[in-house]
Amino acid sequence: MSDSNTIKKQSGFTALLMRSDGAVSVVVVLLGFVFATLLVMLVGRNPAGIYKALLQVLTGFNLNNGKWNIRYVGDFLNYSVPFVLCGFSMAFAGRAGLFNIGGEGQYIIGMTVAQLVALTFPSVSVLHVVTAVLFATLAGAVWGGVVGYLKARFEVSEVVATIMLNYIALYLSRIITIAIPGTNTYKTVNFPETASLRIGFLSNLTNGSALNAGFFLMLVCVLIYWFALEKTNMGFGLRATGFNKEAARAAGIPVISSIVIAMAASGAYAGLGGGIVALGSFRYGRVISGMDNYGFTGIAVALVGNNTAVGTLFAGLLFGLLQAAQPIMQANNIPKEITFIIQGLVVVFISLKTGLRLFLQWNEKRRNNKIAEKASEGGR
Amino acid sequence: MDSNDTRPDIIEMIGITKAFPGVVANDNINLNVKENEVLALLGENGAGKSTLMSILFGSYDADSGIIKIRGKEVEIKDPNAATALGIGMVHQHFKLIHNYTVAENIVLGYEPKKKFGLLDIAAAEKKVAQLSDQYGLKVNPKDKIEDITVGMQQRVEILKVLYRSADIIIFDEPTAVLTPQEIDELMLIIKRLKEEGKTIIIITHKLKEIKAVGERCTVLRRGKVVGTVNVADVSEEQLAEMMVGRAVKFEIEKNPPHFGDTVLSIEHISVKNTRGQMAVKDLSLDVRAGEIMGVAGVDGNGQSELLFGITGMSPLESGKILIHGKDVSKYTIRQRIEAGIGHIPEDRQKHGLVKEFTIAENIALKNYYKAPYTRNGCVLVQDAMVKKADDLIKAFDIRAGKGPFTLAGSMSGGNQQKMIIAREVDMGGDVLVIAQPTRGLGVGAIEYIRRRILSERAKGRAILLISFELDEIMNLCDRIATISKGTIVGLSNAGEITEQEIGIMMAGEKDKIAEETAK
Repeated sequence: MSDSNTIKKQSGFTALLMRSDGAVSVVVVLLGFVFATLLVMLVGRNPAGIYKALLQVLTGFNLNNGKWNIRYVGDFLNYSVPFVLCGFSMAFAGRAGLFNIGGEGQYIIGMTVAQLVALTFPSVSVLHVVTAVLFATLAGAVWGGVVGYLKARFEVSEVVATIMLNYIALYLSRIITIAIPGTNTYKTVNFPETASLRIGFLSNLTNGSALNAGFFLMLVCVLIYWFALEKTNMGFGLRATGFNKEAARAAGIPVISSIVIAMAASGAYAGLGGGIVALGSFRYGRVISGMDNYGFTGIAVALVGNNTAVGTLFAGLLFGLLQAAQPIMQANNIPKEITFIIQGLVVVFISLKTGLRLFLQWNEKRRNNKIAEKASEGGR
Repeated sequence: MDSNDTRPDIIEMIGITKAFPGVVANDNINLNVKENEVLALLGENGAGKSTLMSILFGSYDADSGIIKIRGKEVEIKDPNAATALGIGMVHQHFKLIHNYTVAENIVLGYEPKKKFGLLDIAAAEKKVAQLSDQYGLKVNPKDKIEDITVGMQQRVEILKVLYRSADIIIFDEPTAVLTPQEIDELMLIIKRLKEEGKTIIIITHKLKEIKAVGERCTVLRRGKVVGTVNVADVSEEQLAEMMVGRAVKFEIEKNPPHFGDTVLSIEHISVKNTRGQMAVKDLSLDVRAGEIMGVAGVDGNGQSELLFGITGMSPLESGKILIHGKDVSKYTIRQRIEAGIGHIPEDRQKHGLVKEFTIAENIALKNYYKAPYTRNGCVLVQDAMVKKADDLIKAFDIRAGKGPFTLAGSMSGGNQQKMIIAREVDMGGDVLVIAQPTRGLGVGAIEYIRRRILSERAKGRAILLISFELDEIMNLCDRIATISKGTIVGLSNAGEITEQEIGIMMAGEKDKIAEETAK
């Protein structure tokens, strides 16, 4: 009798990992850091440099010289914004059962439109920057929504369509931006002050960092994401479609419009991310020669964040943290590539989630068998 | 009688235990099979019959326990090992390649070879013809699988097992897909196999078959052996009681009908299947209020497509669907639901529920966008969903650990089906299309669900019931339409037609032709 009880009861930690995706993500991230530490030790460097850099970015405190500069914190938060937004771009589609590889293209389109509006629209304070951000978001929504329409109407795979549109977005961005008067081969003239997302108060507070109003827009987006998916009837339909498209269809949920809405919303998030980077982090428009990769990294962010609002926020902050820590790591004699290795490891481990759970199950069973054996031996 | 039986045990399974996450499918099971006997393995769905046989056939590994074949302890790691020991299995879902011939399917994996490893198809066909003669299994070795009937496909499966020189043959629910006539033939085949010296195990939950061919019957319930009896010594009622654990009523009491006007009219509809073939052809049917119209037929004769056509899951190629005389053919799925079409789907996991959603969410799946589940046009009212789910869980006796917050995927099939029925009953439209409502369910759930269907009839709903279980159709329906190859081939009032007559119609033309060629 007591044996069967022990078999049923799983130890608290294992049970938590079996039950909660969030707990798995946390474990996976920690594992990523453990491996990175070992790797750094293996090549004969002092892994403390990694953690000093992370601490400095997280708190502004430099352990090497005992100085404190909050600018690092501001920059870290600013770096996180596009990661979080592009994470939502992947996550929103993911919740509706779609795989949006097009975050990058949607981001580029948002960025391009924001730059265009900033340089061509009349310079009216507040209204100028609001229009630019709004247009960037809308442009991203259209760029994503087109894919949704193709998918819903003609069954075009959203994966293929979004990958293709990434390249179209990249070169379209170059064509559009170069056509703006005053643009040279890599940058436009400076934006008017009215188009900037920077707020003097924030810059002063963070000792001149690039932190800007975009950060608050991002926080609002977290709320919108949560509310739209969890609390509205549209979100209910999207989630049902994502879990079981056939059952959703049979229940009368308009699957076609669900798909278009999901892709458009995804595009809007990435487009907004592009707009915020253009108008918050830069003072001029860029003629990009390659991709910024926020869109692609967003896929990993959503994966680590399990497509939830809070999870994706934290995952985005983690990726922003790693990005911001790169230059400091190099100063600490740690190759900055270690941050990519951590990101990569985290993604690999999270993909092994099912495997991890199987292992836990097997381990639990083995332990229970041992307990049962011991119990029966004791009985003799 | 047992004591007089001196035949040695050919199979002994001792202390077999197999657990899956959350359920012990086989709990310390002992089973012995005597040489050249027909043993029936009886139990409800989920009793552990298939798991036990999968262990014997090497598809699963037992967690503990010993298997002895002909007195020798063996380890059966995979189906090839089972084949080497002379064990063969005729699976419930045939494992045949549809564009290969009968002979090619039979020899697949053990092909006779000519020089240079070339396939000797002539030898294969000769061997198949010889086997089919020896055991009275009529098939034409040159026919393609896709051209022959389900009954003949099953014979091919049996021949496949015989070709691999099995002398122990396991039949997994062999009659699930057969017409009544085909079932009779199968019973004869099994008797013939026994005469030829084979040992037979039949997995089933149908009592008639056990009485027809079984010698001994081992009954499983919830992963444990309830007992083994000599079939001749017990009645069907006693077997049922052993299987379920309590007395079972076979017939459901049905009140006299009160028919109203025609509610659902299907007029000359044609519907394509997913492969683009016309699966329903020019089909017409009327269902009146307070009536259960049964659609009898063998699986794959257009039943699914008929259902899809009515509910809007597939477009109509031609024809009309009317509700209370109003044409709904152009309506979307949601509009049809609003027009009063309730739907209990054939595949409840795929079309009926969202496993990752809670009961509350699944109950609201069809009308979540309306009050009381939505307010201010877009905000979900979770409390309203939970309250409704709470009421329905009580009213429909749904067993759910966490009440309205139980995930649909964590419940048993019977409770999932009760949840779907609760939703469709509660929506309360005038039409209810039901497909295979009791497939895979336990006897208790089956009784309950049939009673619910009858009470919906009493409320005056027009019910269309599609089922492959002829018993179910005969028991519940007021009129019975027989479907074959996408058209209604016969329509009669209940009580004016026998199972045998329906069986002949179900088989349709294809079978007759096939029978001719086989002769």
